[in-house]
Amino acid sequence: MNSTRREAMTGYLFASPWLIGFCVFLGYPLLASLYYSLCDYSVLHSPIWIGATNYVDLFNDELFRTALVNTGFYAMWALPLGLIVTLALALLLNTNVRGMTVYRTLFYIPSLVPAVSLAILWLWVFNGQHGVLNSILRPICEHINPIVKYPLKFANLLLTPVNGLLHLLHSDGVHLPTQLTPPNWLTDTTWAKPALIVMSIWAAGNTVVIYLAGLQDVPLQLYEAANLDGAGWWSKTRNVTLPMLSPVILFNLIMGIIGTLQVFTVPYIMFPDGTPARSTYFYTMYLYDKAFRDLQMGYACAMGWIMFAIILLLTRLAIKLSERHVHYEGS
Amino acid sequence: MIPLFAAGVLATVAASEVITAHKVPPGPVHITYWEKWTEFEGEAMRQTVEAFNESQSRVHVDLLTVSSIEKKTLLAIAGDDPPDVAGLFGPNVAQYADDHAIVPMDQFCREKGIRADQYIPAYWKIGFYNSHVYALPSVPASTALHYNKAMFRASGLDPDRPPQTIEELNDTAAKLVTRTPSGQIDKFGFMPNEPDWWRWAWGYVFGGKLWDGGENITANSPENVRAFDWVQSWSRKYGAADLQTFRSGFGNFSSPQNAFLSGKVAMEIQGVWMYNFIDKYSPQMEKPVREWAAAPFPYPTDRPDLKGVTFADEDVLVIPRGARHPAEAFEFIAFVQSQKGMEMLCMGQRKNSPLVKVSEEFLKNHPNPFVRLFSEQPRGKNVITAPQIGIWPEYQSEMNNAFDEVVLMHKTAKQALDYVQARMQPKFKEYRERLRLRGELNDRPAGAP
Repeated sequence: MNSTRREAMTGYLFASPWLIGFCVFLGYPLLASLYYSLCDYSVLHSPIWIGATNYVDLFNDELFRTALVNTGFYAMWALPLGLIVTLALALLLNTNVRGMTVYRTLFYIPSLVPAVSLAILWLWVFNGQHGVLNSILRPICEHINPIVKYPLKFANLLLTPVNGLLHLLHSDGVHLPTQLTPPNWLTDTTWAKPALIVMSIWAAGNTVVIYLAGLQDVPLQLYEAANLDGAGWWSKTRNVTLPMLSPVILFNLIMGIIGTLQVFTVPYIMFPDGTPARSTYFYTMYLYDKAFRDLQMGYACAMGWIMFAIILLLTRLAIKLSERHVHYEGS
Repeated sequence: MIPLFAAGVLATVAASEVITAHKVPPGPVHITYWEKWTEFEGEAMRQTVEAFNESQSRVHVDLLTVSSIEKKTLLAIAGDDPPDVAGLFGPNVAQYADDHAIVPMDQFCREKGIRADQYIPAYWKIGFYNSHVYALPSVPASTALHYNKAMFRASGLDPDRPPQTIEELNDTAAKLVTRTPSGQIDKFGFMPNEPDWWRWAWGYVFGGKLWDGGENITANSPENVRAFDWVQSWSRKYGAADLQTFRSGFGNFSSPQNAFLSGKVAMEIQGVWMYNFIDKYSPQMEKPVREWAAAPFPYPTDRPDLKGVTFADEDVLVIPRGARHPAEAFEFIAFVQSQKGMEMLCMGQRKNSPLVKVSEEFLKNHPNPFVRLFSEQPRGKNVITAPQIGIWPEYQSEMNNAFDEVVLMHKTAKQALDYVQARMQPKFKEYRERLRLRGELNDRPAGAP
């Protein structure tokens, strides 16, 4: 007994740096932010208890909804696209080709670029006039334009009666362009978010590495058995690789939910204030502005807790929905 | 085993306490001063600090360059370990003062004989809030129309006759537009969003205000709507998408690809600082022949009373709450406020002086050839400063967004500004209510800008 207790004490003592660190630097701030979310708190004066006012105000805050919708849109595209593209890359990088280590390194390199440099770099890639992307797209558009010119005209013609009806409803109607031009990625409200989504995929090397690790863990005998049964590449991927990889996919999905809903650094640098016209004003940017620009730390804390609840809910949902599709080798 | 471990921890803690103990150095009182400037502007401040340190032996200022200074100062004050002096931005004053994050300096000013009548009123008012002196200027600035004479000449315009009225500005700008063979804008006359720092301020140019000085904000006043409609007229005339494409080709402000410096935009509203950038990035505009000039910004034809309108702003020196040596901090602030200290600093940063008295030497030696204009304009009656209200940062962001929506043709001027009014007025009311509850709304001056 005495020696067990002694052992336990020693254990706690050795774990104490982490335990103390957790309580002081994580536990306390967590609880404090919950308390502040129920207060009028500007950081500079002591918090004043106002109950659920912050949450009620948030519910009625139009900008909060804009930020939430922007973030939702971004997550809805960036997350599945990211998962699919990285999985495809990982499958390719898992094949038996000469110089594979070089390719793997190449695809991982973008993840090493710091977020700030990444943002500055992509500002130039997406630049509407001198950007690399548009200088590739421009000649393509010029080649396509003579071909699509008449179909577009025809489509516009077909839309004329629809627009006539819409005009009666005081709407501007739907107008297709008469020719294709590369978009102003950074200054067009329609294209700013897609630009960010494209960027998010570029730097997904970490996810690829996690997939790769999972792929190398798939037992070879399963493939051998499949080969004996005469399975092709697709049925092996569908019936062996993906089921064996499913826990890794779930893990990446959950990390993706957390990551995309909290996107901050890159848009904050590329699109100050969520320009153009707040089309890239994300949840965390609003939270940051509320906390450090408007000095409404209580409001910002409430936003933080709402985001926590959303992520918790989505993660729960992901786990629940995947129960039937995720196979654990041990079980 | 455990006692030994505990003793080891204690010994380490004690040793580190002894090693890092704060020794009070003999000699002058050291005060810390946080300032945001770098490069030549930071160098000018460093020289001023050195001049102060050499001028006496009682106080020694330790200058530290700090980025995002308003946020870091805020956190330092909240953590009760602020610097003794901080160099903030003018529009921070109301927000900080409302939360008692900076201390009033009235008593110190009386002792040192620093009075309002020594300053150009617009610059004094930026630091004077709720009947107290919360901040004193470090360096001010004012703006004027800058134009490219070579581009004027190339378009058959008289390079010595800049536009006088807004209508003339529109016409002159139209003559300066050139397009590429494929129809894209190549060169342009004037853009209300280049630079985009004063997106919120255009209403003032047309005689509007953003706050009535009391309980109401006035985002959608007729003058402001007129101004934003004028802003939108550029998108209507030249095409919002074409202007976007054109603007996306501009480089950073501080680079040779700057729209004005690279001869892409012929006229811009810019501040006293612009000369430095011309000198640095586009010297061919200065030598052998000066191919640019600064002139008073145009006024609407029907409002000749708005002649000579200028945006005035300044950096300020404040004493944060919890500063360890406020009296010594003010010694330094007072040194900067002396005509000698101020002119040294403003000359170094190549700005105008906020003081009423300016030495002829300052104006004569100043590198900016138009310094007299920048020095004179803030003394006039049409000086625009940001409204002194605590929720200004949020209000400004709403105004900027309204501007963008108007430029992108998403909303009409009226719609965009009505939205700002509807969103910000209740917030302003609530903010004032909170101040009132804390008993801090009693002595607010009526009829401020």
